[in-house]
Amino acid sequence: MKPFAFERARNVDHALSLAAAAPGARFLAGGTNLLDLMKLEIEQPDTLIDVGRLPLADISETAGGGLRIGALATNTLVASDPRVRSRYPVLARAILSGSCVQLRNKASMGGNLMQRTRCAYFMDPAMPCNKRLPGSGCSAMGGLSQAIALFGASEFCVAVSASDMSVALAVLDAEVETVRADGSVRRRPVETLHRLPGDAPQVDTDLAPDELILAVELPPPPSGGQVWRKVRARASYVGALASIAVAGDRVALGAVAARPWRARATEAALAGGASPREAAEAELVSASGADGRKSLVRRLATDAIQESRKGGRS
Amino acid sequence: MSTVRDWAVPNPITENRSGLIGKPVDRYEGRLKVTGTAPYAFEVETPSTPLYGHIVSATIARGRITAIDLSQAASAPGVVLAWSHLDVPVQAQRGAKLNPRSQRGSNPALGSDRVEHYGQSIAFILADTPENARSAEARIRISYEASDADLDFGSFIDSAGPVPGEEDARIGDFEAGYSASEVTVDATWFSPLQNHAQMEPCATTAWWEGDKVVVHTSIQMVKGGQHALAETLGIPSDRVRLLTRYIGGGFGGKGQSYDDLTLAALAARESGRPVRVAYTRRQMFQATVHRPAVQMRVRLGADGTGRLNAMALEAVTHCARNSTFVEHAAEFARNLYAAPHRLTGHRLVRLDIPHAGAMRAPGEAPGMLSLECAMDELADRLGMDPIALRIRNEPEVDPDNAKPFSIRQLVRCMQEGAQQFGWDRRNPTPGAVRDGRWYVGMGMATAIRGNFLLPAKAGLRLTGDGLATLTQGMTDIGTGTYTILAQITGETLGLPLDQVRVELGDSDMPPAPGSGGQFGAATAGSAAFETGMVMRRRLAELATSDPRSPLYGEDPVLMDFANGNIVLGNRSESLAALASRAGPEGVYVEGSISPAADARDWSQHTYGAQFAEVGVDSVTGEVRLRRMFGVFAAGRILNAKLAKSQITGGMIWGVGAALTESNAVDPRYGSFLNQDLGGYLAPVHADIVNLDAVLLDEADDKANPMGIKGVGELGICGSGAAIANAVYNACGVRLRDYPLTPDKVLAALEAKGL
Ligand SMILES: Cc1cc2nc3c(=O)[nH]c(=O)nc-3n(C[C@H](O)[C@H](O)[C@H](O)COP(=O)(O)OP(=O)(O)OC[C@H]3O[C@@H](n4cnc5c(N)ncnc54)[C@H](O)[C@@H]3O)c2cc1C
Ligand code: SF4
Repeated sequence: MKPFAFERARNVDHALSLAAAAPGARFLAGGTNLLDLMKLEIEQPDTLIDVGRLPLADISETAGGGLRIGALATNTLVASDPRVRSRYPVLARAILSGSCVQLRNKASMGGNLMQRTRCAYFMDPAMPCNKRLPGSGCSAMGGLSQAIALFGASEFCVAVSASDMSVALAVLDAEVETVRADGSVRRRPVETLHRLPGDAPQVDTDLAPDELILAVELPPPPSGGQVWRKVRARASYVGALASIAVAGDRVALGAVAARPWRARATEAALAGGASPREAAEAELVSASGADGRKSLVRRLATDAIQESRKGGRS
Repeated sequence: MSTVRDWAVPNPITENRSGLIGKPVDRYEGRLKVTGTAPYAFEVETPSTPLYGHIVSATIARGRITAIDLSQAASAPGVVLAWSHLDVPVQAQRGAKLNPRSQRGSNPALGSDRVEHYGQSIAFILADTPENARSAEARIRISYEASDADLDFGSFIDSAGPVPGEEDARIGDFEAGYSASEVTVDATWFSPLQNHAQMEPCATTAWWEGDKVVVHTSIQMVKGGQHALAETLGIPSDRVRLLTRYIGGGFGGKGQSYDDLTLAALAARESGRPVRVAYTRRQMFQATVHRPAVQMRVRLGADGTGRLNAMALEAVTHCARNSTFVEHAAEFARNLYAAPHRLTGHRLVRLDIPHAGAMRAPGEAPGMLSLECAMDELADRLGMDPIALRIRNEPEVDPDNAKPFSIRQLVRCMQEGAQQFGWDRRNPTPGAVRDGRWYVGMGMATAIRGNFLLPAKAGLRLTGDGLATLTQGMTDIGTGTYTILAQITGETLGLPLDQVRVELGDSDMPPAPGSGGQFGAATAGSAAFETGMVMRRRLAELATSDPRSPLYGEDPVLMDFANGNIVLGNRSESLAALASRAGPEGVYVEGSISPAADARDWSQHTYGAQFAEVGVDSVTGEVRLRRMFGVFAAGRILNAKLAKSQITGGMIWGVGAALTESNAVDPRYGSFLNQDLGGYLAPVHADIVNLDAVLLDEADDKANPMGIKGVGELGICGSGAAIANAVYNACGVRLRDYPLTPDKVLAALEAKGL
């Protein structure tokens, strides 16, 4: 691990001014992703700004009938909140299918959204990786890993997002609220928080270095069933081979792109009266990658949409 | 030399009068481990402030280091020294033996500019903190000249060569027998490379006391480690004291020492300070041994009633170019089923990857994943129940060598298992049982694993406080050795458990071979028992020859031992009183065990039957274990709780082998794809929902004086095959490429149009 300065933010303004003054700084929340990557020297911040004690862990009702979840609410807190469980079960289930209880007790809303890919070659500092070391090449292409993007990949990077939670947030049309040192507050849909890799896979999001996530806002839940499914090689404590969140007429896929993937073509097909299977197929028209992965997504989406129509909540 | 007949007479263990044998006593060191108070090798107290070493690993698969510049690293904050092959202190040549009786030869670290595998040690940094040692690595400048490396096992299988010094085992005429058979199976299975994934990494703390080095290290074999270090340093082994008190998992991967041991000893000598060195999690994957991949072709030929006429298991596996190891995946098949025409053998591919080595149940673990599924296929083809097929082929004597069985309760294991598991509820038609999205199926397989006894010694001291202390250069790798040795000693001497201490893991103690091959309990335990018997005789002589004893003048052979006393009729004396009269040191004896002269006249194994019920997700191909049950026969059981833990732990290893565990060598780089416990998928709690095992009442009087056998590896054997057979019964797809991950299952479902 590289030596670094450690600052504990007293309040949000303090955190922002520290970040503005130290361009190589990172915010530290639960630390479950950032500290691991620092030990491997994949992340090398010169300053850590500990935001963990800022009062941003509340979950509250919004005027519009939705929920506002503070950036520091832990994954465990959110998944066990009765309002989340009754109105947004897809979110509670997505969170609970991620990592393990020890990690979820530490992991925060903001940190989960901002976690980096778990591409095996990104995680191994000895391997070429354009995301870690721009221009060094992409080992995942022609490599052994199955976690290859079906959508939105580029010739420079085919990594997928590892966040389960963000797939549910995307299907719920959640928005991320951020603030910068100059006081500007911005909101963007979770769906587009992450960039697609293009020719700069090293840049995960368009957040500025001094931009802090304050909260995630959920609009009222759409009518209709909510379904969460995560396909994985063992029953817990492993990333998805593919995942899906369905809420009413909306569908989002996980572990298939560098961001949670709203299946807009599927949604449009459903709106046009297509069968679940035809609708699943519609999205896959634009997919690249292995046939096996596509079959999995086709079957998973078909089944999850059917289940949501039965009002399912699995 | 004794014969097995000498063992058949009743003794304190077989009589078990105070009931310590079999008692489900908690593990002596369990609480210490889970409360973090058991000092592991990296954590032991040192005589002065220690330094910390970090090993730097090669990032090419094969070649030469053409230049290495350590100057920047050597001047980094806190760094005390940095070594490459150019400046590491002199060590003996690889394999050299100063003492021809050494169990292991020299194993130098940073020995040359050659890189033989990815992850090999190429430099060493010593610093005041582990963080400083590790962060200095980035300042090293290395150039390599890479050469072509053979990395991809699959592409060399066809050119595999014979194993040096081994021949195929042939009985009858397999080819003729096979082609004359009415019903046949011919299929090929693949078991991938697997890692031990122990929780505790390899680690050493070393310091010098004059010309003697003291090393605390995490190793399964005390003598092997002591000899390897002595030979590497070129010093007699009595100048190496090796200690290994607590071990956080070994599974065969710590059957040998690694560079942490060598470099800690060298750096402690050079710096004059205690030194701690631990492997990183990545180095545990890249730089220790692994279980090699195995390809297995099985051919079975039977008549219409299921009687086997011909049976062949041919295995191809791999090892490192310069370190021969054979995963004997075909060997178990020699002793399992009757068939007049038999062929088993192994072929080997040499690769430029890290060393292959022993991993829990080497041979059986991958091997049974093939034959036990082939038997299921044969049963299916014959329209027979898989258990009936196995019973039809139950041999009367060992089919490999016609020796009688010491005891073989395989059929009983299958029958009792079937009954308790509810095997009669299995629908033999694949794909017939549904539970919502899930196909549900049941499968079974047998288990067989050899039993061994090696020579071992132990020491036993009785002190005036009435405490008996057993000392043995044995290891407890988390299996419960401390605890069972206390039970044996207590029962032998008639002492309650709180008056027995066990001290292990020290090369100064009477030697035992260590933990491995499920020989640990029988070997170390028998030595402890024999030593207890020596103590009984000594105490009886002391009492009957001492006028101060109430037993003075009596015949020593009539003495009994119970409740901390030596007893004859209504006269008795406490062992504490006897020991204190003997002097301030009390009474010390040593004893030993060696195999019986005629031990090899019997075929001796442990057996079991495994049953599994799985669900296969019809949408995604995910396989989830629903329940698993096994019945096993493994001699007298010393501790019901610990034996069951070993067995169920083994069964869980089988779950991993069948469903999740594998590592792959990247053919472009020579590195492993998975290098941490998040990426290498051993089963987690959620995978193991309902799993149980039963051990039959048994005593094997041909095994050792106590009639016990090993249980550490039996549980894995056949476990994965039962699961694969259940997957077939659930959904009708036969997958022979382990592990049965969702992508493979889904592809097979789609190929069947499901
Ligand atoms: C073994 C393992 C398995 C895992 N499996 C899964 C899984 O199956 N599914 C899954 O979804 N996740 C999984 N995870 C990831 C886990 O969910 C994340 O590590 C966790 O959510 C990160 O949250 P944190 O608060 O600890 O973030 P930190 O590690 O503290 O931070 C992560 C990043 O977010 C940034 N950040 C944190 N808070 C803010 C903020 N308020 N504003 C701006 N930036 C911020 C940090 O600067 C840093 O770059 C796994 C992790 C591990 C270690
Ligand atoms: S897919 Fe992206 S993260 Fe993975 S190796 Fe390629 S560039 Fe790196």
